[in-house]
Amino acid sequence: MKREMICICCPMGCRMTVEGEPGAYTVTGNTCPRGKAYAIAEMTAPERMVTSSVAVVGGNYKTVSVKTASPIPKGKIFEALRLLDGVVLTAPVKEGQTVVEDILGTGVAFVATREVSVAR
Amino acid sequence: MKKDLVIIGGGPAGLAAAIGAYDKGVRDILILEREPVLGGILNQCIHNGFGLHTFKEELTGPEYAHRYVKEVLARGIEYKLSTTVIDVTPDRQVFAVGEEGLLHLQAGAIILACGCRERPRGAINIAGARCAGVFSAGTAQKLVNMEGYMPGKEVVILGSGDIGLIMARRMTFEGAKVKAVVELMPYSSGLNRNIVQCLNDFDIPLLFSHTVVEIKGKDRVSSVVIAPVDGKLQPIMDQAQEISCDCLLLSVGLLPENELAKQAKVTLSPVTGGAEVDDSMMTAVEGVFECGNVLHVHDLVDFVSQESLHAGECAAAYLAGKRPTADKVRVGTFGGVRYTVPTLLNREDDGESLSFKMRVNNVYRKVRLKVMADGEEVLGKNKQIVTPGEMETLTLSPEQSAKLRGAKEVSVGLEVRA
Ligand SMILES: Cc1cc2nc3c(=O)[nH]c(=O)nc-3n(C[C@H](O)[C@H](O)[C@H](O)COP(=O)(O)OP(=O)(O)OC[C@H]3O[C@@H](n4cnc5c(N)ncnc54)[C@H](O)[C@@H]3O)c2cc1C
Ligand code: SF4
Repeated sequence: MKREMICICCPMGCRMTVEGEPGAYTVTGNTCPRGKAYAIAEMTAPERMVTSSVAVVGGNYKTVSVKTASPIPKGKIFEALRLLDGVVLTAPVKEGQTVVEDILGTGVAFVATREVSVAR
Repeated sequence: MKKDLVIIGGGPAGLAAAIGAYDKGVRDILILEREPVLGGILNQCIHNGFGLHTFKEELTGPEYAHRYVKEVLARGIEYKLSTTVIDVTPDRQVFAVGEEGLLHLQAGAIILACGCRERPRGAINIAGARCAGVFSAGTAQKLVNMEGYMPGKEVVILGSGDIGLIMARRMTFEGAKVKAVVELMPYSSGLNRNIVQCLNDFDIPLLFSHTVVEIKGKDRVSSVVIAPVDGKLQPIMDQAQEISCDCLLLSVGLLPENELAKQAKVTLSPVTGGAEVDDSMMTAVEGVFECGNVLHVHDLVDFVSQESLHAGECAAAYLAGKRPTADKVRVGTFGGVRYTVPTLLNREDDGESLSFKMRVNNVYRKVRLKVMADGEEVLGKNKQIVTPGEMETLTLSPEQSAKLRGAKEVSVGLEVRA
């Protein structure tokens, strides 16, 4: 099997070709080892980092941005996002603070990516 | 009031410039920022993908900005928020309006780091009703990410620049249906990773060589008419089709914010819209420097930070007495290279290595990017592919740099390999 893909691990966007069978893939076109790891993962179990935002009350911002602390299975993106619906945090919010624990049994949390302080 | 260094803009460019200058010994620094927070456009870029080159990890925009804000705070560098600079003069006076009223500064050196703004609807020509529901992609980004307000439920995006691609995914995440991204050119000006992650992942169609020819709707957009374009970019109307939608996002390019540069009588490049700078990032006006998106539009914030750190260091050297040489080497371009930064080189060999950033005017495969001095190739780099959406960099060794500084003619360009 042969598949062309573009590495998304960094903005270089290397164009790669993956050939071979599960367990014995060869990757060409990558600039660094991250590219190879990504290509193989993409063939076996694709994952994505998910970013969004949730509402905050009493803060200097109306929303706080969040991300999955690490990538989650691509097939779970929309189900994961639904966990954020209706979440309202109260200021202050710290960068890195857990917003939703253990997304769908993945062991990965949604965490805040910005500090929100109490509105003056 | 006197200040050694005034930095205009507290985005990634201004922050890195301040750090660069401080670490080379400048202490009397003031950053002026129009918004109530530091961090610039990154505050609304909540997606990940920032900083891999610098921090070897993938950060979101706010996280990346915060790292630099922390560095600025740790150095005790002074800044004023909610303060808009309204005038800069060639003799380095700065006028700003802030919470304390009018501020008048005499600066030893100035770094312009004001970023860029989006090309507005007026800059492109679409027929049709002036109804609600048409937004620039960046405005939509601010509404969704900062205000928690959704600009529409059924979306068409014109232009495949990065902001448009990012917003296609963001609106999809918030439950909207993105019906199509329509791109005039046969290629995207956005990063490939954004095409993969923001469109392909969600089966959002990207229509190359298409444009929006009409916006329909009374009070609010109800549909847009799109059509393919011919080789001269003219719409082929008998192949036009109507797509129903309540929202049209425009992602049709960014323009450097150079009003202040013009007031300071800085020479601008007709190609980038930013200043012409030499290898110390100094503009044609002595002591006035420029870096970041105000100089030329970057796709990677890491390169903004690098460039701006360098600008800060060069401003420090200027404040310490280093002067540009009267005679400078002008850097030409050839082949498909649209522009380079810098465009001028100082003659004096300071033992530092030069680096050129450039963009090409089309997609080229199997090329060699070259730096030429008096007809001889000083540095070359083979690339499988170059695209207008991705900035290329060529960095020379100190020896190669010295060669350029001594040359009569220097040019940077591209050659398609046989
Ligand atoms: C939507 C979007 C997505 C992006 N995605 C990525 C990505 O995934 N990865 C990546 O690496 N890079 C990305 N970038 C690029 C990166 O964010 C920019 O290159 C970077 O923010 C530019 O920094 P800057 O400081 O030059 O400009 P800005 O961040 O725009 O900062 C300029 C600052 O100057 C201030 N200012 C302007 N005029 C005045 C004035 N007269 N007085 C006072 N202050 C003033 C503004 O308020 C602003 O805060 C993205 C950019 C955008 C817009
Ligand atoms: S292979 Fe390495 S350099 Fe290339 S895009 Fe992937 S992470 Fe970036």
